[in-house]
Amino acid sequence: MKIARRALLKTSAATAAAVSTGTMLSSRGYAADPIKVASIHDLSGGLDIYGKPMVDALTLAIEEANAAGGLLGRQLKLVSYDPQSNMQLYTQYAQDAALKEKVAVVHGGITSASREVIRPVLDRFKTLYFYNTQYEGGVCDRNQFDTGVTPAQTVQKLVPYSMKKWGKKVYIVAADYNYGQITSEWVKRYVKENGGETVATEFFPLDVTNFGPSIAKIQAASPDFVWSALVGGAHISFYRQWAAAGMNKKIPMASTTFAVGNEHIVLSPEECNGMLICYNYFQDLKNPQNTAFVERFHKRFGANYPNITELAMGTWQGFQLWAAAVKKANSVDRMKVIEALETPISIDAPSGKVTIDAPTHHCILDVHIAEVRDKKLNVLEDFSQQPPADTAAVCNLKKNPNDNKQYVIKA
Amino acid sequence: MSEGESVDLVLVLAIQVLFAMASLALISVGLAVIFGMMRVINLAHGEFLMLGGYSAIVANQHGVNLWIAMLVVAPLVVGAIGVVVERTLIRFLYGRMIDTMLATWGLSLFLIGLVTGIFGNTTVGISAPLGGMAIGNYRTSIYGLVVIAITAALLVAIYLVLRYTRLGLFARGTMQNPNMAAALGLSPPKVYAVTFGIGAALSGLAGALIAPISGVFPTIGIAYIAKAFITVIGGGAAILSGTISAAALFGAIQEVATYFTTPVFGVVITLAAAIVLIRLLPQGITGRFLKRWL
Repeated sequence: MKIARRALLKTSAATAAAVSTGTMLSSRGYAADPIKVASIHDLSGGLDIYGKPMVDALTLAIEEANAAGGLLGRQLKLVSYDPQSNMQLYTQYAQDAALKEKVAVVHGGITSASREVIRPVLDRFKTLYFYNTQYEGGVCDRNQFDTGVTPAQTVQKLVPYSMKKWGKKVYIVAADYNYGQITSEWVKRYVKENGGETVATEFFPLDVTNFGPSIAKIQAASPDFVWSALVGGAHISFYRQWAAAGMNKKIPMASTTFAVGNEHIVLSPEECNGMLICYNYFQDLKNPQNTAFVERFHKRFGANYPNITELAMGTWQGFQLWAAAVKKANSVDRMKVIEALETPISIDAPSGKVTIDAPTHHCILDVHIAEVRDKKLNVLEDFSQQPPADTAAVCNLKKNPNDNKQYVIKA
Repeated sequence: MSEGESVDLVLVLAIQVLFAMASLALISVGLAVIFGMMRVINLAHGEFLMLGGYSAIVANQHGVNLWIAMLVVAPLVVGAIGVVVERTLIRFLYGRMIDTMLATWGLSLFLIGLVTGIFGNTTVGISAPLGGMAIGNYRTSIYGLVVIAITAALLVAIYLVLRYTRLGLFARGTMQNPNMAAALGLSPPKVYAVTFGIGAALSGLAGALIAPISGVFPTIGIAYIAKAFITVIGGGAAILSGTISAAALFGAIQEVATYFTTPVFGVVITLAAAIVLIRLLPQGITGRFLKRWL
């Protein structure tokens, strides 16, 4: 084959150009490289009751996004870590996700303790972080978005509702770490604002399984109802021992954590019927979005999937908010995505409309009060589009974009 | 609070304290038999408890009556596992305390891994049967009372077996002087295997009885092993009187301390009491008192 010198020169120049473009691109990943999304959720240990549904929701979200052609023409890849309910592993995996896998975003952390472990790591290595769990509020960090509900959205609604139904004397039992400590402060504050009285607050480390003395103490205080902010597998035995003494028939209970780990399915109906809870999402919400979502979820994970939890929906919504921002920014670059999220991004989710509150990086969303009844969660009352007023009282990232701490809100 | 009510409260608390004592004695007695009679420090004791819990729950899920699952299936299963462990592992290591500790620690890790593989690292549980009962204006769990009663019956049974049966005589004789026992026609290896099996069975029973209260997960043994060891060491050489006296002391301290402070301080105060006790009585309670008791 005879090749003209001029033609040869032309081709090689084009090739060289193509190669150099390729090299330029490769520093940011080839166009065909998948976008990596990290998941750091406990899939074993005492917190696995929360983590499994969260990872399932994220898995489904990514599979659906990929089936629809991916994001920006690239496929998504889930990089999943199981920190085994162990704080040290959280640090290690967050570093691994940021430095080795160079993921575009991390969705993860269940307890507030674990969030405060990985948040500084992801800040330091400039990796966007979504915390999708309902929590005590107050985190103010431009690198992070919190898609879960906070006390001003839930406790504020559930306290007056329960007090109207049961009475004004409240006894709080809570998990002994930042979530339980701060949440119980909020409960106290709203009880006081509604003219009630908190007779006592008691904290339990996550591995406590014998609640006998505390149950006697609660009876001695004879409150109108008990507020539970207990967390994890070991604390389920509180509800068991409470019911075994027949207390569930005598003193009712409201909770900011119950059913989030499907406790209402693990326990028998007799042990927990009538408890009141308040969250953003319930599987039985009646709207077309949710009906379709539950159907897809069941198709993927089986029709006998116990329950799509609040945290699973938080994770789903966290991912969708991030994906919508990536589309809007037309990039996975951290700063560009943050700025897009702050525009603000709003999605129509199965739980209703969810909008990023730009000054706090929390969400404006619907909440509902529900009652536990025969392994189901029956919605009793709806509250539309609740702002994260607690965090907003202390945090304004528009004014102070370099703010980076968790405010302990004086309740 | 009226006087009648405060009497009720004291009664409810007294039941709680009794329950705490009973559950400590329950989780420790299997360890005490194995340690007290055979001088084997069984670091897999917590896992025997865990296996007892799983045996009862799995049997119950397969339609076995809960009481049979707890009182019969669990001790049989764990007792059988105990005999197998003794035959394949422990019998090579008698008189080598450090080696048995290492071997049983390995066994403990193996059992945790095995059970995690089979059942997953999640909490399973069963509701406590029998419901609650009223004491004046207070309520308490009937199941707690049953656990107290079963523990008392168990301790009496162990006493009777050790004191009045040939099996108990053989066991005590072999532990005191294996060579003499062998010279008199006993087979010490057989006695060891049976004793270890019985210790394991007691642990299995304890684990099953505790399962409805605390739930079961593969690493639950860790929560109990420290308590069991503190009770056995605090009790000293005598199997029964040691376990009972130490369980009564630590159970009462923990329960009362927890009631008047918080669960965290309850544990702190109990551990502090255990340290003081061991400092004052290095041989345990029965090293100084109740010396001639079983």
